[in-house]
Amino acid sequence: MMKRVWARAAFLAFGFLTLTLLKTTGAWAEAAGLPGPNDPTARGLAIAKINDERDKGWGDARADMKMVLTNASGETSERELHFMMLENPDPNDGNWSLMSFDRPRDIEGTALLTYSHIKDADDQWLYLPTIKRVKRISSSNRAGPFVGSEFAFEDFSTQQLGKFSYTWLRDEPCGTMTCHVVERTPLYEDSGYTRELVWIDTTDYQFRKIDYYDRKNALLKTLTLNNYKLYENKFWRPLELDMVNHESGKATKLIWSDYKFHTGLTKEDFTTASLERAR
Amino acid sequence: MKTSPFPSTRTAFLAVLAAMTLPVGAQADDFGLRGSITPEIRVFSQSPSSPRQTNSDLSIAGELTAKYFFGPHENQSIVVTPFGRLDQRDSRRTHWDLREARYSLVDGAWELRVGIDKVFWGVTEAVHLVDIINQVDAIEDPVKQEVRLGQPMVRLRTTQDFGTFEVFLLPYFRERTFPGADGRPALDIPVDTSLTRYESSRGKHHVDAAARYSNSFGDFDVGLSYFQGTGRDPILQPALSKDGDLVLAPFYPQIKQASFDAQATKGAWLYKAEGYWRSELGRQYEAVTGGIEYTFYGIANTESDLGVVAEYALDSRGMVARAPYENDGFLALRWTANDAASTSLLVGVDIDANTGARGFRLKADRRLSDNYHLSIEGYAFGDVPQTDPVYSIADDDYLQIRVARYF
Repeated sequence: MMKRVWARAAFLAFGFLTLTLLKTTGAWAEAAGLPGPNDPTARGLAIAKINDERDKGWGDARADMKMVLTNASGETSERELHFMMLENPDPNDGNWSLMSFDRPRDIEGTALLTYSHIKDADDQWLYLPTIKRVKRISSSNRAGPFVGSEFAFEDFSTQQLGKFSYTWLRDEPCGTMTCHVVERTPLYEDSGYTRELVWIDTTDYQFRKIDYYDRKNALLKTLTLNNYKLYENKFWRPLELDMVNHESGKATKLIWSDYKFHTGLTKEDFTTASLERAR
Repeated sequence: MKTSPFPSTRTAFLAVLAAMTLPVGAQADDFGLRGSITPEIRVFSQSPSSPRQTNSDLSIAGELTAKYFFGPHENQSIVVTPFGRLDQRDSRRTHWDLREARYSLVDGAWELRVGIDKVFWGVTEAVHLVDIINQVDAIEDPVKQEVRLGQPMVRLRTTQDFGTFEVFLLPYFRERTFPGADGRPALDIPVDTSLTRYESSRGKHHVDAAARYSNSFGDFDVGLSYFQGTGRDPILQPALSKDGDLVLAPFYPQIKQASFDAQATKGAWLYKAEGYWRSELGRQYEAVTGGIEYTFYGIANTESDLGVVAEYALDSRGMVARAPYENDGFLALRWTANDAASTSLLVGVDIDANTGARGFRLKADRRLSDNYHLSIEGYAFGDVPQTDPVYSIADDDYLQIRVARYF
């Protein structure tokens, strides 16, 4: 009887040791149920789906953002904005957002309301505070720079699952973690990119790095997402985003702060009437 | 002679002071104070029509905005925005105004605002036909007429599934501002506001009312509005001043006006139209304007955009002094650098199809540093016959440079 107990204990210890060894070498570090490497399209889509699923249910959020623009000579200029975001319960449509400028002072109060869609162009309204005018604007300029930064409008908008097609390329180490490298191709019109390479870590399935390839399929920009913080024990948000443009030598850093979830925002806070009072 | 826009200047100052003392004890988050000081220089290229006018003018303007938020979920706010300008040449252009002095309450889909406020209606760029609620501050912005005087009002708005519906009660009338005898640009016959008359026996205290419905349907944004009360657009009638000089005396009739504004947003193309039907002094007339706006994004492999605006304006009154845009075409190009300094340049031309008169516009903007903004505007006229309403200001081509300092 004692021999059996010892045998079972030894078996369990051996199993535990093996599992620990395997986990640290990364071989078992990915999520369960992923399609294997022999089906890169299905694997890529599954990885993107996990990333998408992990961000469901955040409801509504508020955050402040500071943008530091650096030109090729190293000179910087800053912008400060604050955001309100509302998750759309409809999975076939995009989320709503309202962003408002705080600095520089000459554009303070300028605000942008966006009802984003998946493949169609977003509905956008711009608020001009000096004459209190709400203007419906064209959102087809996805590839254009967001307020003179290295982030294009499409880099900024919500990364809905249905906007891209995915192909898994490989798994490799990324810093202290392991990452899936997935290639994604925009399915919407007017994109400035032929494809993007996304590094998604195998533990939390968050984006760690994105390489953007322009219309000539040359590497144009690289985005690194750092300083991830966990909110409400469920939602990861990167507090620091660094975009470097390899062609121009310019860079833009986004620093997010003061994230608050479930603050009680509703659709009524995302109307053209609420543009003037965005805070 | 300074124009005082309120029954009591003292009341206005007290309102501003009260607003400034409110935040005592409030947290910094709930109270915001912003302002700007903007010196301006205007240079005129042609000889003036009157010996009292000169070829240059210096002025300085200041604007302050105090905002205070309070209540559950900060659903209430008080905003006060006084504005003032000191002008070197034109004592009438030295004026001040309360652009905003309002209380606002938000409750779910409803918003109530009481006090002095500003409302913008419209979709077109060249002429704003339906923007009626606030009176034009014509001394500040004679051509575009986008700068407005504060309007006292009670305003109730609700956003529902069927659209946004808003009603206005406008209990006090603001007269249009006009340049003085030393001012430029100016009409050749000066306007004497001491001779102002109203169709209504209640004068400035006639209570006007307005309502508006607006909604978005996919790519379309539409608005329907109605206004009833003292018309903001004065009829200028020749009269004799106290001293026996020939002047223009403003007369404000009662009007009923129904208007629409609509925009279709299709990719980089914007299609716009707005217009009104107005009933005034037993007559009916209409005006409409519309056009397109198209933007070329990332021109010549750069980050900058080039926008094209082409609009047309018609007025059923035809060639009368009060209708400067009775049959006019507008074309404007707007270049946006999309750089860190938000540099932009706009050039525009307005051609009167009836008289052949041409008006040229230029506007350049650039942020000089975090707190300084440069703005250059230029206006010129060409081939203006005497029959055209803008004839008397056609000799007042000018260049205006402003540097705004924000704090």
